[in-house]
Amino acid sequence: MAKSVLVDLTRCIGCRGCQAACKEWNERSARKTTFRGEYSNPPRLNSDTYTRIRFSEKDDKGKPVWSFIKEQCLHCNDPACVSVCPVAALTKSAAGPVVYNYNRCIGCRYCMLSCPFQIPTFEWDSAQPWVQKCSFCSERINDGLLPACVKVCPTTTMFYGEQKEVLAEAKKRIADNPGKYINHIYGEKEAGGTSWMYISNVPFDQLGFRMDVPQVNLANITWDYISKVPALFGVVLVAGAGSWIITRRNEAEKKEGQR
Amino acid sequence: MKNNHEVKMMTPFTILLLFVIGLGAVLVIYRLANGLGAATNLNDDFPWGLWIGFDMLGGIAMAAGGFLIAGAVYLLNMKKYKPIVRPAVLTAFLGYLLAIIALMLDLGQPHRIWHPGVMWQVHSVMWVIAMHVIFYTLTLAIEASPVLFEKLKWQNAVNLVNKIIVPVVLFGVMLSVLHQSSLGALYLIVPGKLSPLWATTFLPYLFLASAVMMGLSMVSMEAIVSARAFKHKIDFGIIAGLAKGCIIALSIYLVLKLYFLATGPGIGAAFAGTMESNMYLLEIIGGIILPLAILAGRNKKAESVNGVVLGHILVIAGVLLNRFNVSISGLYGFQSATGSSYFPSMIELLITLALVALGIFVYMLIAKYFPLFQEANAEY
Repeated sequence: MAKSVLVDLTRCIGCRGCQAACKEWNERSARKTTFRGEYSNPPRLNSDTYTRIRFSEKDDKGKPVWSFIKEQCLHCNDPACVSVCPVAALTKSAAGPVVYNYNRCIGCRYCMLSCPFQIPTFEWDSAQPWVQKCSFCSERINDGLLPACVKVCPTTTMFYGEQKEVLAEAKKRIADNPGKYINHIYGEKEAGGTSWMYISNVPFDQLGFRMDVPQVNLANITWDYISKVPALFGVVLVAGAGSWIITRRNEAEKKEGQR
Repeated sequence: MKNNHEVKMMTPFTILLLFVIGLGAVLVIYRLANGLGAATNLNDDFPWGLWIGFDMLGGIAMAAGGFLIAGAVYLLNMKKYKPIVRPAVLTAFLGYLLAIIALMLDLGQPHRIWHPGVMWQVHSVMWVIAMHVIFYTLTLAIEASPVLFEKLKWQNAVNLVNKIIVPVVLFGVMLSVLHQSSLGALYLIVPGKLSPLWATTFLPYLFLASAVMMGLSMVSMEAIVSARAFKHKIDFGIIAGLAKGCIIALSIYLVLKLYFLATGPGIGAAFAGTMESNMYLLEIIGGIILPLAILAGRNKKAESVNGVVLGHILVIAGVLLNRFNVSISGLYGFQSATGSSYFPSMIELLITLALVALGIFVYMLIAKYFPLFQEANAEY
């Protein structure tokens, strides 16, 4: 019963209501930024900004073409961050969200390294820092409410529902509107599948989406190694103990021969 | 036990060490008071930097000599190496302690370093590593303890350690083999981020092979340098044996590296002229091929140690570069794609330098006041 969201990039008008609602619900403060010659603000997701709209301006035969890309945690089905956390501070809940428990976190930032989408952020300016990222409004979902960003969106850019329904809706929209969408559901296969998925009229690589995200379940690669650890222990134990026995016996034989 | 009077503690070198350590201590306080953002150049795209790449990965690799020499002497019964067991184990112990300090400074919540001990998460390589660090540091403490017990003249304690030393060493070898390879396994989770020049599912075993050659080179360098500094005779048999072991490890590592280059991104990728490919070439040529040639071509008859010194220095530098490449250069392309950048801050560099200085200084203190160097026929 995992919840999921489809972001239809053709519907977003770049109002950033989601960005503001997210800050409000999560009580994150604003940050002072400087003009950088583009509309996206702040320049990156950060520990006070769990979601933001990235503005992409493309030139089509002299005409500007705008795309607005909502960025937030994609809530992978089998998340790399959850698998690497040494203290299980991150967990994938049955309802879909990947949630963070600061009571456990030691601040090693392996989750940040492991994330194929560069999503978790850190409170770098604090001497007692936590990891911060979108929680998929886990508490709201548990209370039967919509995530804050989904609730506030004026253009129904985000379609919220059960993961199967959401994927079916994505496929339906692509099938029902020939020529409108490119035939790629970003998040269906990326990183082994994610709870948040995107459909778009512009190829994702032109919108700055990470196209080098492996289309496999990342946690499995590490587990392949870890599951071999006990066997490796055994091999070293047997080899080490064996060589000790053999070398002692050889020595004993040598002494015997000298007598 | 008399002091080792050859070890002079008031020289310009030790004063410099103390100055660097003192400066480092001040910077550590600054780091703890102001957070990682103030002290380091780390950012949301570069979550790990010098302290993980050099201090942690490099420091642990350097410590590999401890389990190799202890294993050789106690499990393989190679008595020749007995005189260097204590220095090798002590180096490993100091290496682990320094790596733990570096790790604690790198953690956002250093006072929670014990959390993995009670909050298990067996799917995490980091958790596996945390367990190894805890158990192996304890194992090294036991292996190194006779140095202290002899000084205190606690003969019963020395006898007790001698009784259990074989299983302890065996346990240490088990932990080390797993620990060295687990450090490589840390990077299995980033196949899309890490440059294909380094990314392979065989990474754990490459880390293990390179730690072996690094450990042997470290022990060899230590034997040579301390023999000169502390004016005791050098055993050429040991130096030659270590060089031989290093040549074997280097050869295996070179074959593996070239195999994974050819079957992965292809040989051509090493000559692409990018920052990554240049770093890769530097690592392969300067850190493997060149030292292999130097060590293999050494003048055996002259019993000259000078011939091997450069080779061992290159091996050590090469493996450090490898760890740096896997943790920083190899990830740089992906992590800088949206405009971020990373170069270690002055504080990161100075604290790293202070940790190295601390290691050397404590080693000198122990060499001066404790029975660190023994004869080949010693009991322990």
